[in-house]
Amino acid sequence: MATSTSVAITPGTYTIDPVHSSIGFTVRHNVVAKFRGSFSDVAATLTVDSDGKLDLTGSVKVASVQVKEPSLAGHLQSPDFFDAERYPEITFKSVGLEPGSDGTLSAEGDLTMKGVTKRVQATGELSHLLEDSYGGERAGVELTTTINRHDFGIDWNATLPSGQGFALAAHVTLHVELEFTKS
Amino acid sequence: MRILGISGSLRAGSHNSRLLAAAAELLPAGVEYVRFEGLKALPHFDEDDELDPGPAVEHLRSEIAGADGLLFSTPEYNSSIPGTLKNALDWASRPFDQTVMRNKNAAVIGASTSMFGAVWAQAELRKSLAAAGARVIDRELPVSYAEESFDADGHLVEPELQALLAEIVGELVDQVAITLRGRAAA
Repeated sequence: MATSTSVAITPGTYTIDPVHSSIGFTVRHNVVAKFRGSFSDVAATLTVDSDGKLDLTGSVKVASVQVKEPSLAGHLQSPDFFDAERYPEITFKSVGLEPGSDGTLSAEGDLTMKGVTKRVQATGELSHLLEDSYGGERAGVELTTTINRHDFGIDWNATLPSGQGFALAAHVTLHVELEFTKS
Repeated sequence: MRILGISGSLRAGSHNSRLLAAAAELLPAGVEYVRFEGLKALPHFDEDDELDPGPAVEHLRSEIAGADGLLFSTPEYNSSIPGTLKNALDWASRPFDQTVMRNKNAAVIGASTSMFGAVWAQAELRKSLAAAGARVIDRELPVSYAEESFDADGHLVEPELQALLAEIVGELVDQVAITLRGRAAA
């Protein structure tokens, strides 16, 4: 992640540096534990127009989901979860990206998952480095939001044998850490 | 389009095999229907053998791989599906990263001699099929008192049940068609 500075991000198009970016999720399972996963195939573009207005678009390939168990990775791609065959990508398009003077970032945008588009709000940080080790400009975007997976038709669950609830929670926290280089 | 029918009952006079036959009659012209007959020949699932499981399992996997849709008819044993059927599903679902079940369109119907029409077995089969990666239609056909439920021609006596069977078969065909169109476009 680039170092945060108070210098305003300069206009232009910033493309993702996938090696230094990650998009992941956390969901509570078996009531007590947290399960984490991520997507390895991510794409994103940050544009800054001459008025300083920011726009962020991004997508992940569902087939690139990374979890510790291969059988679970397969199940996540199946119609029980993301249904990669019919909905191969999860996409995000911002409708409002508001940087604060202290480096914070508020984002609003349309998240499309399993064919369902919902408006979501996220918060995080925007950072900017005018010159990296190779002389290029870099920008960093960190965003976090919590969604209800049932809003997107991802409804799989199983009741726990103990009767103490469901195996998988409804709320999933998305963690987006993106590093961009100016084109 | 090819639909593979799998009856969970091995019995020669099986109500579920009869139900499958009634369902097959409702398939539109041009849909090829094949009944899988190899359930009894399957060995017990053993993960040590999953990469070289022998001809009976190879036959099961190739029949499923060659089908565009699966239609299961299951009886209910002790509130669940027959062990033979679960065994077949366990073989078909492994190894998980190359399973022939992935994205396979599937529908489940069932008959039992009890008053409940194998509803628990159908629910459990849908759950296991989905966990194996299949695209399962969320419908059930509870044929209860199975010995009294078919007429001399093998159709369901109750018009509502016969209509529901036609709906489920139609939905399976529709889902397969969506999948085939998607793959052709890709």
